[in-house]
Amino acid sequence: MQIYLPIAEVSVSLILLLGLGTLVGILSGMFGVGGGFLITPLLFFMGIPPAVAVATGANQIVASSVSGVMAHLKRRTVDLKMGTVLLVGGLFGSAIGVYIFNFLKTQGQVDLLVKICYVVFLGIIGGLMFYESVKSMMKSRAGKRGKRHVHVWVHGLPFKMRFRASGLYISAIPPLMVGAAVGILAAIMGVGGGFIMVPAMIYLLGMPTKVVIGTSLFQIIFVTAFTTLLHAVSTQTVDIILALALIIGGVVGAQIGSVIGAKLKAEQLRILLASLVLAVCFKLALDLFLTPDELYILAEFGS
Amino acid sequence: MIRFLAAILTFLTGAAAAQEEIVLGLSPDPVSISPDFDGSDILVYGAVKRENPIPEGPPLGVIVAVSGPTERLTVYKQDRKLGIWVNAESVEVDEAPSFYAVATSAPWTSVISAVEDLRHRISIPKAIRSVGAPDDVTDAQAFTQALIRIREKEGRYRLDENTVDMREETLFSTSVSLPANLTEGEYTLRIFLTREGAVVGDIDTSIIVEKVGIERWLYNLSRLNPLAYGLLAVAIALIAGWLASAAVRLVRNG
Repeated sequence: MQIYLPIAEVSVSLILLLGLGTLVGILSGMFGVGGGFLITPLLFFMGIPPAVAVATGANQIVASSVSGVMAHLKRRTVDLKMGTVLLVGGLFGSAIGVYIFNFLKTQGQVDLLVKICYVVFLGIIGGLMFYESVKSMMKSRAGKRGKRHVHVWVHGLPFKMRFRASGLYISAIPPLMVGAAVGILAAIMGVGGGFIMVPAMIYLLGMPTKVVIGTSLFQIIFVTAFTTLLHAVSTQTVDIILALALIIGGVVGAQIGSVIGAKLKAEQLRILLASLVLAVCFKLALDLFLTPDELYILAEFGS
Repeated sequence: MIRFLAAILTFLTGAAAAQEEIVLGLSPDPVSISPDFDGSDILVYGAVKRENPIPEGPPLGVIVAVSGPTERLTVYKQDRKLGIWVNAESVEVDEAPSFYAVATSAPWTSVISAVEDLRHRISIPKAIRSVGAPDDVTDAQAFTQALIRIREKEGRYRLDENTVDMREETLFSTSVSLPANLTEGEYTLRIFLTREGAVVGDIDTSIIVEKVGIERWLYNLSRLNPLAYGLLAVAIALIAGWLASAAVRLVRNG
């Protein structure tokens, strides 16, 4: 059954879209990530124009983060104050990101930038996660534990604020910077940035792991909602029908995923996720380096 | 005297041109793009109306050319820079139809001459209008050829020879299939009657291709009131996310 997407102006299989949504939903349920980093490149592979894939990806993440944050609010594992500081940085970042996106669109290089961003970030994150989980697997076998708290340069900056839920008394500058960096990426890559936000919160800000995911999801809702709005107004590439198909699939998939996730060990989960991230990264990198079948590319004039 | 002869000549040729007229029908009109749109066929049928008997000599040829709305395009040539394939040289194409199909009643070369094709801009390369390429591009032709090649592969540009069915040199019909990845707008239809490669009669009309229902509404909203569209997109996502978590809670508790 085909469905015609009014903004992308292509007709794609509805079953395929729902399937893609479900698949990414399963992954996000299993691993607690938004799944934007997978859905956007998979939409490229399906033939959705990259600009539409990026903008619509952001829209879909709004839904999955809302659903995730509700569960965390109930468990009181959201640091609202930290979330708000990250958010202020995030909104600035996504405005800059959409500006960069539009500028590169006029230069005809936006597809390249998006793909390079994906290769670089998926490569770094996937590699780090793989290394980390293999190391912790070895450690848990050896029965040793790592140091709990490390004092780094980040803790010496001015404008200190107290974040009760995280048990932190640190400068507002690092969270603002982290928020802004993730906002830029959210706008350019069509992702929530959870896969960058989460490690940054743990390693750079020193937040306790239990509040990290809820807080990250909380601010992602606003950043991706803002990004969706900006894309709708400036690039006009948000496709509601496409987003809806992905959301429906994603909601179902997330439930299946959380059941599967509960049956696997944390380290196994992380190694699986890392392998998946690296596989997507490898496929995208291959496309950048291998000689394309068609040397020429068509683009709308001035877009 | 000369002026008088010229007048007679004009009258005669005018009469000759009017000798074979086309009466045309289309179905469906308009073409609607609904959510389940999966391509469509336009049936083009017609008759040749004449006052006199069918002229002797080579048979009548029919060409049907369907053109989608034209757009301005940039064709990029990719080049390897630092090992990565990037968009390098580019050529602007002023007017390229988003869709272009030509159907003929006989092989292309026998149905129309190159001169007549150039005059009426019928074949695919003639239907594309491109301005001069920038100085650093030496092979501008290759860019237009690439445009045609890419669009032919996507099924957007087609030359279908021998697909117009002609009966008794009077009735003709053909069906032009439109792909699923269709752009909306006004599609022009041009029908040419030819003899010995020369155009002896032509008519043009248009057919509207438009999104209908929800597709129309969403598309219009996204262009006319992008802020409202964006807010709607966000609202749908917020509600869907909230509903999902509420449904899960209900299932777990109940």
